[in-house]
Amino acid sequence: MKISVIITLKKDVLDPQGKVIHQTLDGMGFNDVNEVRQGKYFEIDTTETDNDKAKAKVEEMCKKLLANLVIENYKIIDPK
Amino acid sequence: MKSTVITFPGSNCDRDMDVALKKFGFKNKMVWHADAELPKSDLVVLPGGFSYGDYLRCGSMASKSKIMQSVINFASSGGMVLGICNGFQILVETGLVPGVLLRNKYLEFICKNVFVKISDKKNKYFKNIENEVLEFHIAHNEGNYFCTNDQLKVIEDNNQIAINYCDRNGKIEDQFNPNGSIKNIAGIFNKEKNVLGMMPHPERMIDTSLSGEDGSLFFKNLINNLK
Repeated sequence: MKISVIITLKKDVLDPQGKVIHQTLDGMGFNDVNEVRQGKYFEIDTTETDNDKAKAKVEEMCKKLLANLVIENYKIIDPK
Repeated sequence: MKSTVITFPGSNCDRDMDVALKKFGFKNKMVWHADAELPKSDLVVLPGGFSYGDYLRCGSMASKSKIMQSVINFASSGGMVLGICNGFQILVETGLVPGVLLRNKYLEFICKNVFVKISDKKNKYFKNIENEVLEFHIAHNEGNYFCTNDQLKVIEDNNQIAINYCDRNGKIEDQFNPNGSIKNIAGIFNKEKNVLGMMPHPERMIDTSLSGEDGSLFFKNLINNLK
């Protein structure tokens, strides 16, 4: 089963990379962008077949390694 | 005095630290990250570098290394643990010191000498140092110290800020902040002040023919405080 995770920076955390991407987009003519925030995306392929159990495991992974909860939020995407 | 420097895959200041510690009288041992046991030590140092290629977040992988459980236990029982640069990033990822280190504000890798003001001397790292300001070297891409407002309050209430970026006279202002760190924070303690994480490299300031000598002051003072 493949589970996806999206990690984003929390609202108040400065994202200089997102800012530079925004500036570059602006320079390219994409002038209607309000803000860009850069994040991370993971695809985790697990042997677990039970949906809930797999999600619980991935949540533990997020808390222990994938995200730093001081600055980041994680969102687990339901496997289809 | 016995010290231990941990080498992670990607550490590159471990040997400099070894040289510095030995120069000022420590009997130093190098320990590989995959070892489980820490030798008997009065000081454990997590050196600078790019452990695990800075993958995921700087220091995040190294903080889960086998040896780190022993380092955490050592720190929790009052042992002195010093993290420099990447070592500081590893410390925040273990949670031994609060906060995180973000990408530098202006997205530049910074490599230069800086001045730092010692903001707390009631600890074994800076007690008895006469200087208020030290000149150290920094070389990092992710040294922008950040913590939540709640954490900052606790940090300030407990005087956990160790050093702040400043000018040569000790003036702490925005213009002397190289990387965007909250309150110009360059180094921070845990609550008990036996764990210190800092971005500047004192081990690069121990030889007059190469650099300044404020690192020498730091190490001489440290070994005396540990005796």
